[in-house]
Amino acid sequence: MNSTAQTLFNQSSLGHSYLSPTGLEIVFVLIGLVVLGSGVLVVTVQNLVHAALWLVVCLGAIAGEFLLLGAELIAWVQVLIYVGAVVVLLLFGLVLTKAPIGRTDELDVKHKLPALLVAAAAAGILVTVLVNAYKNVWFDPRQAVSAGTASANGAALFKFWVLPFETLSVLLLAALVGAIALSRRQGAEKDGGV
Amino acid sequence: MHAVYPLVLGALLFAIGLYGVLARRNAITVLMAIELLLNAVTINLVAFGSIIRDALNIGQVFTLFIITIAAAETGLGLAIVLLIFRQKGTAGIDEQRTLAEPARLPDLSKLADRSSEPSPSARTAP
Repeated sequence: MNSTAQTLFNQSSLGHSYLSPTGLEIVFVLIGLVVLGSGVLVVTVQNLVHAALWLVVCLGAIAGEFLLLGAELIAWVQVLIYVGAVVVLLLFGLVLTKAPIGRTDELDVKHKLPALLVAAAAAGILVTVLVNAYKNVWFDPRQAVSAGTASANGAALFKFWVLPFETLSVLLLAALVGAIALSRRQGAEKDGGV
Repeated sequence: MHAVYPLVLGALLFAIGLYGVLARRNAITVLMAIELLLNAVTINLVAFGSIIRDALNIGQVFTLFIITIAAAETGLGLAIVLLIFRQKGTAGIDEQRTLAEPARLPDLSKLADRSSEPSPSARTAP
């Protein structure tokens, strides 16, 4: 498996160059800049509601990157679940915890500089390792389009990954019951106390 | 496409999320930064699934699993944050000091004094 993958990489690296990016790569880099820019805004914007809205831009742009990588179903699941559900949950959380509207002193903390150092070190190490490891690897996302359709994903899911899939359904049920139990406890105590 | 583009994007997004987790104070913005971390991982998984097109379709199937787990994690996390907010009146994670160790030795003696006298709830109850 490993050796075949290696030969695949070596063959696919023939006839490519850093200096002549394809249109696909240019679009990928442009959307990637949107992802990174909105991601930086998510963690640095002082207005909490604006941070949640920038998260919509970031996750939507990541869905675009998934489309460019040939993962069609994942892109739409990303739009449905992340942009549609998770961000709405986070906005509800902001409203229910009476988060301040407008500028906050959210980021005026002592450990800002160490956090920046840790993030910069992680970025430096990861980028160095990845560039050194994969600088000779090219691939064609068009060949992965057939593996990204709903039918291909469904076949793989129900042929090979049935047990993890069912385990995840139990996990979702446990999370649902846990969230309800956590939210109800306060009211139940109050009723018992009276 | 060069394999470095999606992998570097995932690494940089991971670093951004790491900064958010470490530097933010509101618990819900920390949850947002965790979403960024999970998305960095899913970009890597989809990219490798597209590079190594294996028969099990492992990259994309695991991306679906991670999205499911992220949804469950967000729901539970928000329930916990709401519970903390109801009890303490704040969602700032730097103000949750209940389980913190005392910082210095004088605090330890103060803590011992406080534990010997009855707690405020016990005094007001009768």
